[in-house]
Amino acid sequence: MDLKSLLKQESTRRQALVTGYVVPESFRCVQCGICSFYCPINIDIRRHAWLGEPIKDSHCLTCGECVTRCPRGALRFERTNLFEPVK
Amino acid sequence: MRRYVIVGTGAAGIAAAEAIRCHDPQGNILLISEEKDGYYSRPGLAFYLTGEITERQLYPFSEQDFRRLGANRKHVRAVRVHTQSHQLVLNDGTQLPYDRLLIATGAMAATVKTPGVQLAGVVKLDNLEDARRILKLARKGRSAVVVGGGITALEIVEGLSEHGVKVHYFLRGDRYWGNVLDEAESRIVEHRLKEEGVQIHYQTELAEILEKRGRVAGVRTKDGRQIKCELVAIAVGVLARKELAEASGLDTDRGILVDEYLQTSDPDVFAAGDVAQVFDPASGKALLDSLWGPSREQGNAAGCTMAGVPTPYYKRPPFNVTRLANLTTTIIGAIGGGKDDDVLGIVRGDSESWRQLPDAIAAQSDFDVNHLRVLVGERTLVGAILMGDQTLSRPLQRLVTDKVDITPIHERLLQPKAPVADLIADFWINWRGRHAA
Repeated sequence: MDLKSLLKQESTRRQALVTGYVVPESFRCVQCGICSFYCPINIDIRRHAWLGEPIKDSHCLTCGECVTRCPRGALRFERTNLFEPVK
Repeated sequence: MRRYVIVGTGAAGIAAAEAIRCHDPQGNILLISEEKDGYYSRPGLAFYLTGEITERQLYPFSEQDFRRLGANRKHVRAVRVHTQSHQLVLNDGTQLPYDRLLIATGAMAATVKTPGVQLAGVVKLDNLEDARRILKLARKGRSAVVVGGGITALEIVEGLSEHGVKVHYFLRGDRYWGNVLDEAESRIVEHRLKEEGVQIHYQTELAEILEKRGRVAGVRTKDGRQIKCELVAIAVGVLARKELAEASGLDTDRGILVDEYLQTSDPDVFAAGDVAQVFDPASGKALLDSLWGPSREQGNAAGCTMAGVPTPYYKRPPFNVTRLANLTTTIIGAIGGGKDDDVLGIVRGDSESWRQLPDAIAAQSDFDVNHLRVLVGERTLVGAILMGDQTLSRPLQRLVTDKVDITPIHERLLQPKAPVADLIADFWINWRGRHAA
């Protein structure tokens, strides 16, 4: 990975962290696992969806891959509360 | 220490185990599964068939998760419950003592009596083993005949098409899923299937599956046509797996009859998930669902009650988001009626509640390739079906489930050519602003 792409990734992550996080709606989820399968950094999003917990993993790029891929609309972005510390 | 035995490791069984562990950290939990694959996502099989996910991805729980849950697992079949002595009899004759028992055995594919149905190459889609078999045959086969209706039939059709198999889809009647979809919706699905290369045979019934050296070689229809194929898939609905309850003298109907605490006719035996026939206050009837969400909720409620925390289950308007011919579709509340000749009862991803005809009038609109139909009651939306763009999926789910008073748009919704989607979107934005949650 070259420096340019590393910087780009960093800026995307920084941008994402201040924009929002992914929130699951458990009732819509059928645990098919598409979200986890397509997560570029292997976060177990399905587990979060089962537990109904927002994906506040500090590694989450909020790239939106899981939100887009979920066939049941169980995931959505929600604005981050800027006063809440990131895990 | 209380002994809990759970028969079935689907969504209901696992949710019950979690609920029990939450309220009883010391209790002994045993999960019994007839299927060697244990707990996996049954709805995920559709995406496994299309190749969108791998088999490994179907398992939501790791070994560590089961250890954390503190539940033992046993791969065996339960055949009878001795309710008086609190013993569960297994197929090898051994008996397991229990204090609280949950039957969460789910549903299984209904069978047909067509000659040739026992041949190699005739498949159903009940479980992971079936999905593996379909994929194996799809790699070798050139053409297939799919018979049946509902979501499962389309899952098979699309899985096979994705692997380059020429699919002949037989419908007994004039249109697809006639007891849930209206005619326009059926046509949308059929049109998309045809675009994918699927050949739909209307008013066509299977008379015989033809054989060559013990394997499927083709089919003959009741009107005398013959079609060559290497695979025949049958998806004519599912039946509750209630044999264990019946053999044990528990009250059953189309499923195992339970009260609002998921309690069967024996106070220490509970039932949840596809096998449970649950009282629906909206219709006043005991109905079956074959949906992941209600299964999980029922399992949770049953688990809490079994662990000594009585928790009633109240049936909500059934809800599903599925893909029909690659078109994302939300179905919620009561939207259909009548009967579907292609299935014998309920299908997977289905609810009998969808066919409890409400006292309501339909309003619908089409926008681009998208379609929306809502059932408008006296003051509320009692059901909705949304195909294509899913922007309104969540708002509709909330409006129907929470029985939101839609009086401000009621009349406008029912006017001819009403912009239904726009009216609901505007109403939702306004309502959400006042009820932020």
